[in-house]
Amino acid sequence: MAHDVVVIGGGNAALCAAMTAAEAGASVLILETAPKAYRGGNSRHTRNFRCMHKGPLGPLVDDYSEDEYLADLMKVTAGKTDGDLARLAIRSSEECLPWMQDHGVHFQPSLSGTLSLARTNAFFMGGGKSLVNAYYRTAAKLGIDVLYEAQVTHLELAGDQIAWIDYSHGGEIHRITPKAVVVASGGFQADTEWLTRAWGPAAKNFLIRGTPYNRGVVLADLLDQGVQSVGDADQCHAVAIDGRAPKFDGGIVTRLDCVPFSIVVNKNAERFYDEGEDVWPKRYAIWGRLVAAQPDQVGYVIIDAKSLNLFMPSVFPPLKADTIEDLARQMGLPADRLRSTVDDFNAACGDQTGFHPTELDGVATSGLTPAKTNWARPITEPPFYGYSLRTGVTFTYLGLKVDENAQCSTQDGPIKNLWAAGETMAGSILGQGYLAGFGMTIGTVFGRIAGREAAAHAS
Amino acid sequence: MQADLIQEARRQAEICHACRYCEGYCSVFPALHRERFLTDGDITQLANLCHNCRGCYYACQYTAPHEFDLNLPKALAEVRRNSWESYAWPAPVARKFHTHGGAIAIASVLGFAAMFLAIRLIGSAGGDGFYAAFSHGAMVAIFLPAFFFPLASLAISLKKYWSSVGGTRIDLKSVARAFGMAAEMRDLSGGHGDGCNFEEEDRFSHARRHAHQAILYGFLLCFASTSAGTLMHYFLDMPAPYPLWSLPKLFGIPGGVLLTGGCAWMMSLKLRSDRTLGDGNAWGGDFGFIALLGFVALSGLALYVLGSTAAMPLLLALHLGSVLSFFLLTPFTKMAHGFYRLTALIRDAQQKQA
Repeated sequence: MAHDVVVIGGGNAALCAAMTAAEAGASVLILETAPKAYRGGNSRHTRNFRCMHKGPLGPLVDDYSEDEYLADLMKVTAGKTDGDLARLAIRSSEECLPWMQDHGVHFQPSLSGTLSLARTNAFFMGGGKSLVNAYYRTAAKLGIDVLYEAQVTHLELAGDQIAWIDYSHGGEIHRITPKAVVVASGGFQADTEWLTRAWGPAAKNFLIRGTPYNRGVVLADLLDQGVQSVGDADQCHAVAIDGRAPKFDGGIVTRLDCVPFSIVVNKNAERFYDEGEDVWPKRYAIWGRLVAAQPDQVGYVIIDAKSLNLFMPSVFPPLKADTIEDLARQMGLPADRLRSTVDDFNAACGDQTGFHPTELDGVATSGLTPAKTNWARPITEPPFYGYSLRTGVTFTYLGLKVDENAQCSTQDGPIKNLWAAGETMAGSILGQGYLAGFGMTIGTVFGRIAGREAAAHAS
Repeated sequence: MQADLIQEARRQAEICHACRYCEGYCSVFPALHRERFLTDGDITQLANLCHNCRGCYYACQYTAPHEFDLNLPKALAEVRRNSWESYAWPAPVARKFHTHGGAIAIASVLGFAAMFLAIRLIGSAGGDGFYAAFSHGAMVAIFLPAFFFPLASLAISLKKYWSSVGGTRIDLKSVARAFGMAAEMRDLSGGHGDGCNFEEEDRFSHARRHAHQAILYGFLLCFASTSAGTLMHYFLDMPAPYPLWSLPKLFGIPGGVLLTGGCAWMMSLKLRSDRTLGDGNAWGGDFGFIALLGFVALSGLALYVLGSTAAMPLLLALHLGSVLSFFLLTPFTKMAHGFYRLTALIRDAQQKQA
């Protein structure tokens, strides 16, 4: 049967669009490129939703006002955002939370170790995959058809509308002509070649934290046909993660929270940045870029015994040694240079009586470049522990430019039957930087808008 | 305890430790997150807190085909069964029954045969009702040890368990909390109250929780019925048979119906559930145990309905035979789980207070 609305992608934004369109009376088909076990794109790895609210809402405590939310966004993006779209996402987030609950999502109180987010971020019970599962169940009840392992290869842009979609499924090529199309198929980070074109050869050493299925096929196809883009190809959400993480899909457990209590060196055993600049939730996103700028795109974190229990464990146990030299050997670092880097750092540490692991404590080095401005305690107590750090890309920001109706356009104006939602258009709002839980906000808000508009167009 | 099972559960639990997405589902995850390094005792405790609701499996971003290959419900189920086998006394008996439904069936048949033989050889000492087929004295002589042996055996096992998980002096508050958790089967509510995932992939449902409640409360009512009968016999000089409006019947009939229905429901759920998310080796033993428990209840009801017909002596042998097997197998079958769970919940309550 021919469907009114085709949604390309199978993650949060796609499902929000599909459910909204189906509830408005449209017949909907979801084309998900992943197999069922890996459905849901990066949404399977998410854990929360950043939500504005006046007074307690669901699992959220106190208030989180529009202005505060926007200010937080401005801080991380350094103002590189579309103010109107950002305000639209923020304002709409409040009504999204009960809508999500109505569509099967369960929330839980802020996870242990994340109390700082209890006011701003609503955590999904079981994480993003359980959200995705709940949405697929609701979608099935709404009569939405879903094809897994359906790879969209081409959208034919004819003048100001999409004339047809080509996709392969079950070894055959299919051509369909829906009335309306929603693209919610993420960024291109899993296409290493594209990433390398944007970043240079360094990108070959990047790890991809999420789905291997976001290769940007549809995005490239649309950009090639002159659909308007937003964002730079080298902008992305990238964090420093455990260097032993798998190439794809390592998700949350590969993060390392110990940087503030450590010194971080490059492969020449030299420090390169202030490890104690700010609390880790505010700084983890910049370390992806810092590590990317080091030789071989790798960093090495070194802590001593007194810091081991101050952070959430990574999935991989640290390397462990009784001497700095032995740790250097295990990590493949020049031992004498690491020794002197540690000695210089230790000598620059001063009074540590004010040490406080969860607050900016001002326990700083003096006379050292780069300085460590908080939590600076000498690395002296064996055993010593080491982790390697690599750049982990969450998603890329180059995407489809949309308006407040999530509608795509060419230079000549809006495309009548094409909308975009989620990571594939998030660059419209995130010019750079990242705010925890904001990806799911953008996906939910613009997914629902896209679904609404697509259904209205189809009827 | 088998080191490989513990090690695999620890590998998985450490991934959970770094993720924490499942914190709200049940008692396992807050307990898991309390300890930075998990000892063998911690793993055993987590295994006995887990109710195999599978919420965490379906929510998990790291299940196969992901290379981390998480299947925590299965890993914990294997450790759990292994802990029951290891702490059981005598242990070799437990190894037989946890994994072999056939052994339970054979034990049941032996129970029937023993009771047939007993009825034939001993017979009545001239009583009424069931005692017309089998004397009260002989029943007591058989069932008193058959009742106390499992309790003694379980006490030995639980003591070993308690010391392995580092339990401290038991306080009333922890016991009360544990009983509260068990009474509501809160760990099968999914944390959000919509139930667990069992018979239909990731759909939340209360079916397993309710089936379990029917079995639990049915069993307790049947137990209350027997206890009431015993007290009436010895202290009020009111021997069986009892009329409909008497405590043994008022407890026993609804109890038997609940227990029979609950076991049938649980068996149907078990048949629909994904066996790879539990301890595959224990599936047969667990199923055999539920069937035996259901048969105890069903034969008891049959005895009530057909007690005054010619079929009575045969039904009596079947019922008493199944009860005998059930009692004797209690420390070595799934029945032991209730005792371990309660103990684990008491330990968990202790740790929460600490």
